[in-house]
Amino acid sequence: MNQDKDTHNGYYYSLTRNMLLVIILVAITPMIVVSSIILYQFDISYHEKVQAHLEELVLKHKQQIDSFLRQRLGDIRLLTSTFSLEELRNESFLRDRLELLQQIYGPVFVDLGIINSRGIQVAYAGPFKLGQAHYSDAKWFQMAMKSDYYKSDVFLGLRGLPHFIIAVKENCCGEEWIFRATIDFVAFNNLVENIRIGETGFAFILNRKGEFQTKPLFDLIPNKEPYTDFLGDSDKFKGGVRIIERDDESGNRVIYVGALLKHGEWLLVYQQKASDAFSDLRRTLRVTIAIVVLAGICIVVIAFIISRRMVNRVAEADREKEMITEQVVETGKLASVGELASGIAHEINNPVAIMVEEAGWIEDLLEEEEFREGKNLDEFKRALEQIRTQGRRCKEITHKLLSFARKTDSRIQNVQLNDLVEELIALSAQRAKFANVDINVNLQENLPILHVSQTELQQILLNLINNALDAMEKTGGNLAISTHLEEGHIIVGVADNGPGIPESNIARIFDPFFTTKPVGKGTGLGLSICYGIIKKMGGDIVVRSKVNSGTTFSVKIPLPEEKMPKQSTT
Amino acid sequence: MLDKVGPKEKIRVLLVDDEIPFADVVAKRLGKRGMAVTPVYTGTAAIQAIRKHDFDVAVLDLKMEDMDGIEVLKIFKKAYPEMAVIMLTGHGSEQAGKDGLANGAFDYLTKPCELEDLVKKIHEAAR
Repeated sequence: MNQDKDTHNGYYYSLTRNMLLVIILVAITPMIVVSSIILYQFDISYHEKVQAHLEELVLKHKQQIDSFLRQRLGDIRLLTSTFSLEELRNESFLRDRLELLQQIYGPVFVDLGIINSRGIQVAYAGPFKLGQAHYSDAKWFQMAMKSDYYKSDVFLGLRGLPHFIIAVKENCCGEEWIFRATIDFVAFNNLVENIRIGETGFAFILNRKGEFQTKPLFDLIPNKEPYTDFLGDSDKFKGGVRIIERDDESGNRVIYVGALLKHGEWLLVYQQKASDAFSDLRRTLRVTIAIVVLAGICIVVIAFIISRRMVNRVAEADREKEMITEQVVETGKLASVGELASGIAHEINNPVAIMVEEAGWIEDLLEEEEFREGKNLDEFKRALEQIRTQGRRCKEITHKLLSFARKTDSRIQNVQLNDLVEELIALSAQRAKFANVDINVNLQENLPILHVSQTELQQILLNLINNALDAMEKTGGNLAISTHLEEGHIIVGVADNGPGIPESNIARIFDPFFTTKPVGKGTGLGLSICYGIIKKMGGDIVVRSKVNSGTTFSVKIPLPEEKMPKQSTT
Repeated sequence: MLDKVGPKEKIRVLLVDDEIPFADVVAKRLGKRGMAVTPVYTGTAAIQAIRKHDFDVAVLDLKMEDMDGIEVLKIFKKAYPEMAVIMLTGHGSEQAGKDGLANGAFDYLTKPCELEDLVKKIHEAAR
C-alpha cells in the first residue's frame, strides 16, 4: 500500500515537473529570443547612431577651428592689404588696430608686431615689452619667411606663455617684412574645450610631433597609440573624420574620433569612454534585463502554481476514476453473480420439479388398496411429505436467487413513502405479534412525493423489517420505524434492539451470499439486493450496530430534482 | 368442443415437456385424477399430435430443446384457437409467463408447482 502511494507520489511529482518545464520553456524561450534579437538590433543601431553623432560633432568642430584659423589669417591679411607699411609701423596706429580687433573678437588677438627681414621687431602693440625683440633664430620666423603666410604651432617663446602666431609676409620698399599676430592660447583653447559630452568626453589638438596644441581636460600621454596611429596615416580619414575603439591601459573601452586640421599639421582628437558614450544603451540593457528577469520569475511562479493546480486536478480525477472503477468492478461482480444464480436456479428447478412430482406419484399410489394396510404407511407418508417440503425449500431458494438476478419492476412512479411504510407494517404485524415484537412508528408528516420504483422500495424496506424481526424472533423486543426529511433526502430508519451485529461482520453484511442465519434460513442475498437497488436510486444505506443493544439501518432516498406535481400515489 | 366435455367425459390433455421423466410422472398423476393425458417430449411431436387427435387442454413447457414454447403456442392458437393452453415455466421468471398470456395462453404456472394447482387450472381451462 505504502509502495503504491510512493509510486503515485512519484508519478505526480514527475508530472508536475514536466508540466513546469514545458510551461517555462514555452513561455520563457520566445521571450528571451525576442528580447535578445531586439536588444542586438538596438545595440547595433545605437552604436551607429552614437558614432554618427560623434563624427558629425568632430567634423563640425574641425570645420569651425579651420574656419577660425582662416578668418584670423584673413583679418591680418586685410590689415596688411588695407594699410601701408608706414602706417602700420606707427605703434599708436598699430595699437588702435589691435584695440579694434579686440573689440570685435574679444581677447583673441594678444598683440601685433612688424618684423623686418633680419628678424628685428620694428613695431609692436600689445601687453608685453617686446619692442626690438630679435626673432631671427625663432623657428616660426624662419618658416614665415619661406611662404606668404604662416600659422605656427603652440610655443612658449620670449614671453614664456603658450601661444601661437599667425604671420603674413609682405614686400615693401625692396625689403620683406613680417606682419604677425599672436593668438591667445586661452581663447583658442576654449574652441576645443567646448567639445564636451557626458562625463568623460573631451577634445584636444596635437601637432605632427605629438605635442599638445590645446590643453586636454584629463592627463594623457600623447606619444602613443592611438594618437600616433591617427597621425601616421592621413589617408584613412574618410570624409575628414576617423573613428576607432581601443581599450585603454586600465582596460576600459574608449572611443577615439580624429580629424586633421590646418592642412594635416594638426590633429583634433575627441575621446570618450564607451561606457559613458553608451550609457543610455547600458541603462536600456539593464532595464530590459531586469524586466526579463522579473517576467521570468513571474512565469516560473505562475508555472509552478498552474502545474500544481493541474496536477491536483489530475490527481482528483484519478481518485474519482479509481472510485468509479471500484464501483464498476463491484457492480460487475454482482451482475456476474446474478447471471450465475439465474442459471443455477433454472437448472435446479427442473430436477426438483421431477423429484416433487415423483414423490407425489408415490403418494398417489399409496392411496391404492394394496398399500393402504402397509405396516409403514405413515412412515412413507412422512418421508414423502418431507421430500415435498424440501422441494418447496429449493424452490424458495431458487426464486430468491432469481429475484436477485432478475430485473425487477423498476418503472419509476410517484410514491408517498409514509403510505408505503404503513402498508408494510400492516403486512408484518402478524409476524411481529408471533415474535413478541412491538412496532413503534414515527413518521414525519407531509413528506414530499418520491420518484422511485415502488416495487424496489418495497423490497428494500420489507427486507430490513424482516431482518429485524428475524433478529428479535427468540427474545422479542422493539422495532422502531421512522421517516424524516433531511437536506434533499428522505431518511427511513429501521431500528431493532436485537442482539446486534459483531464488528467483524459489519463490513460484509452487504456482500452477496453473506449470512449468519442457520443453514436453510437465509440466502445472504437480501441486503446485497437492497444495497444494489439503493445505489441505483442514487441513495445510500448505512448501518450502525452494537452487540447486545441493537442495530439501526438508515436508508437515504434522494428527492426528485424538480418538485414533481402532486399526484395520487399507488 | 365445449359440448363434448361433460362431467363423465374425460378431459383430454396434451402434455408437452422435454423433461421426459417430468412429463411421464405428471401424465400418470393427472391420469389418476381422471384425465386422458398424452405426454409428448418435443415441440414437433406436439404439433403432430394435435393434427391427429383433438385435445381440450394443452400444458406446454416454455423452454424446449427443439422449439421455443411461445412458438409452439402461436402455432396451436393459429390451428386450434379453441384449445386452451396452460404454460409451464422453469424459469422462475414471471415475464416468460406473461409473454405466454400475451400470445393467447389461458394461464401459466411456475415449476416446481403443486399438482393440485395444475389440476385446478386444467379444470378451469376445460370448462
